[in-house]
Amino acid sequence: MQIVEIDRLSYAYSGNLVLDNISFTIDEGDILGIIGPNGAGKTTLFSCMLGLLDDYIGTIKILGEDIKKKNNKVFKSIGYIQQKKTIEQNFPATVEEIVSLGITITDKTSKEKIALALETVGLLAQKDRRVGELSGGQQQRVLIAKAMVNNPKLLILDEPVTGIDLEMQNKFYSLLKKLNQENKITIIWASHDLDAVNRFATSVACINRSMFFHGKTYEFFENPDLLKAYSESSMQAHMHLHNHTHRG
Amino acid sequence: MILEVLEFGFMQRALIAGISVAITSSVIGLFLVLRRNSLFGDALSHAAFGGIAIGLATNIYPLWTGLTLSILGALGITKLRQYAKIPADATVAILLSSGLALGILLISISGGFTLDLFSFLFGSIMLVSVEDTLAILAMTGIILSIIILLYRQLMYITFDEEQARVSGLPISKLNYLFIILASVAVIVSMRLVGILLVSSLLVIPNVTALLFNKGFKKTALISVSLSIFSVVTGIAISYAANLAPAGTIVLVSTAVFLTVLAARHYSKKKQIVKKLEEARS
Repeated sequence: MQIVEIDRLSYAYSGNLVLDNISFTIDEGDILGIIGPNGAGKTTLFSCMLGLLDDYIGTIKILGEDIKKKNNKVFKSIGYIQQKKTIEQNFPATVEEIVSLGITITDKTSKEKIALALETVGLLAQKDRRVGELSGGQQQRVLIAKAMVNNPKLLILDEPVTGIDLEMQNKFYSLLKKLNQENKITIIWASHDLDAVNRFATSVACINRSMFFHGKTYEFFENPDLLKAYSESSMQAHMHLHNHTHRG
Repeated sequence: MILEVLEFGFMQRALIAGISVAITSSVIGLFLVLRRNSLFGDALSHAAFGGIAIGLATNIYPLWTGLTLSILGALGITKLRQYAKIPADATVAILLSSGLALGILLISISGGFTLDLFSFLFGSIMLVSVEDTLAILAMTGIILSIIILLYRQLMYITFDEEQARVSGLPISKLNYLFIILASVAVIVSMRLVGILLVSSLLVIPNVTALLFNKGFKKTALISVSLSIFSVVTGIAISYAANLAPAGTIVLVSTAVFLTVLAARHYSKKKQIVKKLEEARS
């Protein structure tokens, strides 16, 4: 079953084409690693998929539903962790309270669901601590627990390990694998870390405004020509961004 | 002496109305403070000032005209902020100064400040009637019921609006509803401390409660308790010393804030010393 179907998606912002004719699908149970240089349109792609931007051309279907129809049932099946989310240190909420935000309808089982989600991310013992007191890695795990407490079918992660130390990153990736295998959650994950994508993703989409490559992970990483072309295009994009910033 | 004072009808009404206002304003204020919108209460009360002036000039019950203008102004300014992408603090300034300007204009036309207008500006808790007290109790009941019902949704928007939107919450509707609740809370609070000091009731107990470093529910409960303490103590001191109740309540609230701040500073210092001693031994 296809969880995500994106067909000829294009999006422009302030006269710049940010996404150009992107098409791909994601099967249930896949971990899709989305790679591309800064400014390649990864976050814009997610914003379109999550209904945060709707002035695009093309169609995005999640769980068979066009997301422009704003079907709440579909959105409730998606867990989302955004890029470099820092929780404000003084925000007055316990770990348990933050995870509870992910529950759509509270009932008798809510406490159990929260405990299970926290146990999965290894933070059950910290449930009464204030979330602002935790380390960056622990906070990220709290956000994962929040994203998965409602038992989503699809997890969308936008560069989730930015600013987290290596040991925590590896724990995080192992957790993703566990969620994918044990809870059958389909995952779309944007990353700059090619090594991690190679190790944990089942398929890869490489975008730089348009689709550069989409296929199985090994097809990308075992093809030296593709890797070389990718690094060259990344370098060009980096130079473009650099010049643009300095001129601007 | 205390029991004798409590036998007075005006004191009973002042305490009932004061405690109701303390609860409402601190609950609404927690969301405003956390959304970095502390001055929104000020903007609402100044918009209400324009509305009250309309009511006094046209002989319509001023609280209704105040409430109407406050809600309309707040909704209008929110829409403007969304469409024209104006920063939140700038929209607050627009609403605040426009409301005040309208009030001043109408007062100058209708011949200057009246006793009624002064009571709205500086509060008149000792003068609340039975009808006022019942209206304040009813509004407090409505606001609290809605907040308890939508507590998790409002907390989610306060924590992260984008995530809340992605999770399928009707953000615009919830925001508009919250603005209406905040306007009602401001109108209710005006009877106690007046237009000029309304935002202190919304902000100070919550900023104090945040110093305790607790979770959301506990912070809200601490804030409500501190607010009730400040209002009751303020009313008692003002009666005993013949002072203006509004100013006394706000200054008690400020004194509580400074005390908690000092205690926290002292306990932090003590903890650092203890840690150092533990490390040395």
